[in-house]
Order: sequence, then structure tokens, then C-alpha cells
Amino acid sequence: MSSTSAPDTYTPKTRVGRIANFVDSRTGGSAMVKEFGRKIFPDHWSFMFGEVALYSFVILLLSGTFLTFFFDPSMAETHYDGSYVPLKGVEMSVAYASSLDISFDIRGGLFMRQVHHWAALLFVAAMSVHMLRVFFTGAFRRPRELNWVVGGVLLILGMAAGFTGYSLPDDLLSGNGLRIIDGVIKSIPLVGTYISFFLFGGEFPGTAIIGRLYVLHILLVPAIILLMIALHMFMLVVHKHTQYPGPGRTETNVVGYPVGPVYAAKAGGFFFIVFGVIAVIAGLFTINPIWNYGPYDPSPVSAGTQPDWYIGFVDGALRLMPGVIGEFPFEYVIFGRTLTLNVLLPALGPAGILFTLLFAWPWIERWVTRDDREHHLLDRPRNAPTRTAIGVAGFVWYAVMWAAAGSDLIATHFLVSLNDVTYWLRALFFLGPIVAYIVTKRICLSLQRKDREIALHGRETGRIVRLPHGEFIEVHEPLDDYHQYRLVNFESPEVLPAQPDANGRIGRTEKLRGRLSRLFFEDRVAPVTPAELEAAHAHGHPAVEEAAESRTSEVSRH
Amino acid sequence: MGDHSHGDPNTSGTVATAGQGQVEKFQDPGLPPHRPRLADKDPRAEKRAERQVAILFAVSIIGTLLFFVGYFAIRLDESTAISTLRLQNMLLGLGTAFAMLGIGVGIVHWAKTLMPDHEVAEERHEVRPEEDRQVAEKMIGQILDESGIKRRPLIRNTLLGAGVLAILPAIGIFRDLSKNINPDVLRHTMWDEGVRLARDPEGTPIRAADVTIGSAFHVIPEGLNDLHEGKLNEKAKAVVLLMRLNPEDLQVSPGREDWNYNGIVAYSKICTHVGCPVALYEQQTHHLLCPCHQSTFDLTQECKVIFGPAAHPLPQLPITVDSEGYLVARSDFQSPVGPSFWERG
Repeated sequence: MSSTSAPDTYTPKTRVGRIANFVDSRTGGSAMVKEFGRKIFPDHWSFMFGEVALYSFVILLLSGTFLTFFFDPSMAETHYDGSYVPLKGVEMSVAYASSLDISFDIRGGLFMRQVHHWAALLFVAAMSVHMLRVFFTGAFRRPRELNWVVGGVLLILGMAAGFTGYSLPDDLLSGNGLRIIDGVIKSIPLVGTYISFFLFGGEFPGTAIIGRLYVLHILLVPAIILLMIALHMFMLVVHKHTQYPGPGRTETNVVGYPVGPVYAAKAGGFFFIVFGVIAVIAGLFTINPIWNYGPYDPSPVSAGTQPDWYIGFVDGALRLMPGVIGEFPFEYVIFGRTLTLNVLLPALGPAGILFTLLFAWPWIERWVTRDDREHHLLDRPRNAPTRTAIGVAGFVWYAVMWAAAGSDLIATHFLVSLNDVTYWLRALFFLGPIVAYIVTKRICLSLQRKDREIALHGRETGRIVRLPHGEFIEVHEPLDDYHQYRLVNFESPEVLPAQPDANGRIGRTEKLRGRLSRLFFEDRVAPVTPAELEAAHAHGHPAVEEAAESRTSEVSRH
Repeated sequence: MGDHSHGDPNTSGTVATAGQGQVEKFQDPGLPPHRPRLADKDPRAEKRAERQVAILFAVSIIGTLLFFVGYFAIRLDESTAISTLRLQNMLLGLGTAFAMLGIGVGIVHWAKTLMPDHEVAEERHEVRPEEDRQVAEKMIGQILDESGIKRRPLIRNTLLGAGVLAILPAIGIFRDLSKNINPDVLRHTMWDEGVRLARDPEGTPIRAADVTIGSAFHVIPEGLNDLHEGKLNEKAKAVVLLMRLNPEDLQVSPGREDWNYNGIVAYSKICTHVGCPVALYEQQTHHLLCPCHQSTFDLTQECKVIFGPAAHPLPQLPITVDSEGYLVARSDFQSPVGPSFWERG
């Protein structure tokens, strides 16, 4: 009735205003602006890795769309007749020929290929670093556990997108990569051979695989990635961003810049910066020069070839696994069936363990600490020594496998025996994470002690003063309230021993939890309390009034 | 001692011990005071920042022009040298880079120097307020109730059954991703009694007399190059390495005495690990090395694995010579070539 026409009383004055009002009154744009226009985002350099990942994905979509206009995923045989003379007349697949055409006959094609490939490497790298940031700062804790899982899924999808794309040009390198994948799939018990046949449309290499990977690469995988990104962003808005602890920052607020204009400008400008950096790299550094490798042929292979970096850890694990120890092979025939553990274990084991732990970590930590509170303030990595140590141990484990993927290059570059490199890396595969855990935990505790020291006695100034009775002391400058607060304001959980249940019994899992809690929190450095600070100022530390300084400098005896 | 600095967890007094209850906390001093930037205080600095932003945007315009110089000034054809292509790629790259970085750095500089840099605090909201949960719970109860799905198990169960079954065709329809799923094809290659060993890739047959001690040949079965269908499939299984050693260097196991010909031996080139071509032959040590994962096979011990991730030897191709002196296969491989598979046995 008449009441429905009430909102229309507003009449815009300008033409732009009329258009805006038309759209707004039909979509509810004002509500969106109200909700997001001044939404607060905290600012920190370590929050940019996720942005880098998002922006490189946008660049992947842009450059990838360009490439699809020229790429032909057919494995039909043809004779090359393009501009690259050394391969003229060579028999090859249409896919490889069209990849060469993109490189040599389409202006800007080579540039787009290189942008696409570099952006893909950056995409996975940025996601990985982003996840490390989230892990080491404890940003995965409630309420963000599910977004952590979505992030993990995105990392896997990014690797899948990368691998399916790597195989498309159908050059010698990508064909050999597929051959390895085929070998890995065939090692899967019971169904492996069939999966291989279904994937390749028969025997390796067949004539179907490139077309099938193409559909996965340009349709299915990116669509799921987009869906996951939407989910990721949605949850980001629901939770609001985490923030580092500091003066004025609490669990109940979020401190930062409003979206409009500052944050939008910074984040929007950053997209162009990421694009620019990728363009510099793509313009100056050749990647995947497929014309050097020639078309896929099962017979030749070039030494020293490497997979893209994110597949490296699986390839390295494949290299590290010994096929035979002494006279004992890791391949068994049981009831006429072959179990190929020398391939199956390294191909699926480490990746399986890494991702299982990664996905389960928020729940593992929640169980051990029995901490089910919401956390919006991040941990400084040193203030969660055991988590940081476990993260570094996992990282070192990954890095050892990753280094193993370059074992031949390590051997040739440093003129050492390939076998020795492998033996050392096999040892590091087991020892590296343990050493990393111990060292990291000790470093964290030491840094915490250093923080205590600074909080209690102030910053070392390097100024040596001689007291009237002849003693030399170093002048310590006390911190201002804001710096002080940064060093003392953190949680340091304590060991929570195994608790009896309702029947007064301590179950097996609860015992395990108690032991893990001890592992986590037995060694701890508690934050400075106001009383301690008081005590530090009061006894045994004569305060010296510095004539040159307007502020009081605190002096400690050493 | 008496020093509070080291925070050693084993000395009391420095560490809050368990069960001590709530430890007194420091007072939050609140957000640090805003420190004005140069451009906030000095109108000349503000003007300068404004000019810098405009210059950065101008750099972007120059970058775009550079891109078009690279695009139109260089034409690609058959006479294009690879260095010209690189030059074009570089111009396109640098042009795009300047175009993007000019805009990006300009906007960020604008935001950092000229837009307000007061940090603002905003309250967080509960992710799920309790009253919302109650309303939602009630709603879902009403929805379930109105649908009657709980009261009518017959409907529910038949729907579940139908739904589960309806998924099966969506899986089954992919059966023809591969017409042939018989693993037995993996056991056979093109090699057969009397098939000549030919050079890869030319396809010319090899005489035993051409194979001198210490030499190595990349080998395909004769006739492979004449295939029209499935040539790569056959090649992926049939490629062979041919080498000649001193016959006394070879350890020959019983049953394989007539598989070599005067010290000439032929082994599958497909690695038994995951299938890369075992392309590197170390003539002095008689080792074959796979460049992908460094599996090493000892030629003198019938290609036994002596290092790396492979778990079984490379299959040997039994060979002899025909009446014209050409090397021929005595039969197919006696075991499947390439990576292991479940049905290999």
C-alpha cells in the first residue's frame, strides 16, 4: 500500500546518484556498505602472505584464460611446422606443438606462459608460508579450526592444480613426470593397476591423459579452489581477523584500519605490486623452456631434471627410500600379489602423515591443553615453545625430503658422492626433526628469558658507568609502558596432570594427555608479574639518576 | 644468586608455580598515542607525497607504453632468433611490471602518507549468540516436524535407499574411462622370437659385429617405427639397453646361459622403481643409473639393485644372432618390465 512507497521519497540530485540509487534500492547496497565500509582489519606484514596467495590465484586465472585460447590438449600426432627451427618436421603431439606455438608464434604467449608458471609457484609458496604463519601464531585455535582445514584443502588443491598443469605441454619433462605418477599409482594395492588404466584410458601413456588432465586443470580444480576461497573469506568475515597482542588489543576487540579507504587502498595496491613482481620475474627469468626438452618419448631422459618445488618433497621421499637393505627387498609377493612398499611407503607415507597431523593439529592441541576458549589474540611463537618446536620439527622433516629431491644436483654442485648425500639425508630424515625440536624449544625458552630480563631490568644501553666506589656497571634503560606490556602480556599455560573421570578413574587416553601436557608445558618461563617488577626495582638494584637523561635509568649489577 | 633475571623454571620465585591461582596482571596501557607523520605536520611534506604518488602513477603509464613497444616493434616469424624472443619477453615483462608496480606502489604510498593512519578499535561479536541457537533449534524442530520425516520412517527409509542407489550410476558411468582393464597387457611387449634389435630412434637393425666391447646402444624392436597406432605405448614397454662386456665379467645364473651373445647383453631400459628410462651407463663400473631417483643396477650381476629405491632387477631380454649376423630376441621378456603392480606376482 502506501507504506511501501515510503522509502522512495529520496530523490538523488546527480545522474550518478540516480544510477547508484537505482541499484541500491534493488539490491540493498547500503546495507553492504554499512556492514563492510568501515570494517576494521588489523595490519601486520605477516598477514600479507594470504593476500599474496589470493592475488597470485587471480593472476593465474587471468593468464590461464589467455593460454586456453591457444592451447590444444590433443594427443594426436602431428609434425611441427612452427617458427622454432630446431624442431621443424619433428613428430609430436598437437598439445606440444600448440605449446610451442604459444611460445614462438603468439606475441606475448611466452610471457603469459611464464607469468602463469611463476604465479603457480608463488601461489603454492604463499599458501605454505601463510599456513606456517597461522600455525606458529596459533591462529588456528577456536573459532578458526574449520578455516584452518579449508586452508589445508586449498594447499592440496593448489598442488593438484600445479601438477595437472605441469603435465599439459606434453614435453619430455612432463611426460616423465606422468610416468613417475603412473609408477606410484600402480604401487597401490588391489586397485592401483585399475586406477592407472582408468586414468590413462588404457596403458601408459595412451592418447587420453592430456585431455583429461586439461579438464581437471582448467575446470574442476579451479572451480573447487574458488569455492574454497569463498568459504575461507566468508569465515574470515564471520570470525574477524586475529591480531597480535599489544597495548589496547584484547580478545574482545579488533584494532586496525577501516576497510575504506586505508585498508582497501593498501590491499588493492598490493595486488598490483604482486602482479608487478611476478611480471618482473616472468620477464627476466626463463622457466620451463619446453623447446629444449623435445616431445615426450619414453626412451630418453635428461639428468638433473626437477619437479616443481611443491612436488619436491614427495619426489625426495621416493629417492630416500631404499629398495633393498642388504639382501632384503621392500617388495613382497604374497599369494601371487605384489606389495611394492619401496614405492608405496615414500609416495603416500610422509605426505599422509604431514597432512593428517596438519588437519588434526587444532584438535590435538585443544585436547592436550583442554583449552576450549576462543582466541583472537595471536601467540608470539616464542611464547608457545612446544608448538613452535613441533612446527619447526615438521618443517625440517619436509625440508630434508625436499632437499633429497635435489640429491643429484647437490652431489654434482658440491662434488660429493651421490650415495653419501643420500645416506646423510636418510639419517637426517630421522634425526633432523628431533634435533630441530630440541634446539627450537631451547631457543624459544631462551628468548622468553631474554624478554623477562628486559621486562624486569630494562634495555641494555651499552653505556658503562663507574660508580664512586669503583664498580663498573652498565646502564639499563627502563621500558615505557607500551613496550613493557608487549613483553609481559601473554599466557603461559601450566602442566595439567591427568584428571580422574566421574568414576574417579584415570583412563588410558587421559594418562596420555597428561604426559603430553607435561611435554608441552613442563619447561616454561612465566610472564613477569607486577609484583616481580616491583621487587626487581626495589632490592639489590640501586637506581642511578643520570644527569644527562631526563628519564630515570635503572641500573643492574652483573 | 638472588638474581631474578634468568627465569630458570627450576628456581622458585622467578616462575609462577602451579596451583598459585590467578596471577596478578599488568594494567593494559591502551592504544599507544598516535604519532603524527611528516605529511600530517608539514604542508610541504604533504605536497611532496602527493607529487610522489602522481609520479608513480606516471611511471605506470610509461610501463604500459613500454609494453606496446615490445609488442608492436618486434614481429615473430621463422627468422626470429631466440634472443629476439627473449628481448620481446623482457620488454613485455618490464612494461607490465612498471605498469603494475607504478599503480600498486603509488596507491600504497598514498594510503601510507596521505590517508589517516589512526588505528581504530572495533568490538568483536559472538560467533553464535545463544538466543540465535535457541531460535534455530526451534526452527529446525518445526521444519522436521512439518516435513514428518521422523514420524514416517517408511518414507525416510525408502528415500535413503533410493538416494544411495541413485549415486551408483554416477560412478558406474565412468567404467569406460578405459575399455581394456586387463593387467595382462603389462606382461607382454613387442619382443618375440626373431624380432631384430634396432637402433633408437632410427630403427636400423644392429649387427653383433657392430657391438664392440664397452659400447652401449639404445634399442627398440625392429618394426616399432612402422606402427601407426599405439607406438608410444609399445615403446614405453619395449625400449632396451644393449651393452657388450667381457664374457668373463658377467655372472650368469643357471637358465640364462644362452641369453647373452659373446658378452652382449640386453636389459629393459624401464626402471623397475617407477618407470623412468635408466639412461645412464657407467662404462667403467658396469653400473646402470636411473637419473630420476638414482636406482643403480649392476650389469655384471644381471642388473641386481645395488643402490637406490628400486627393489628388483631390470628384466633381461634373451638375445642371439640370426643367420645374417643381426641381433635378434630369443623371446619376449620373461618377467614384466617397468614398475611393479599388484597383479605382477
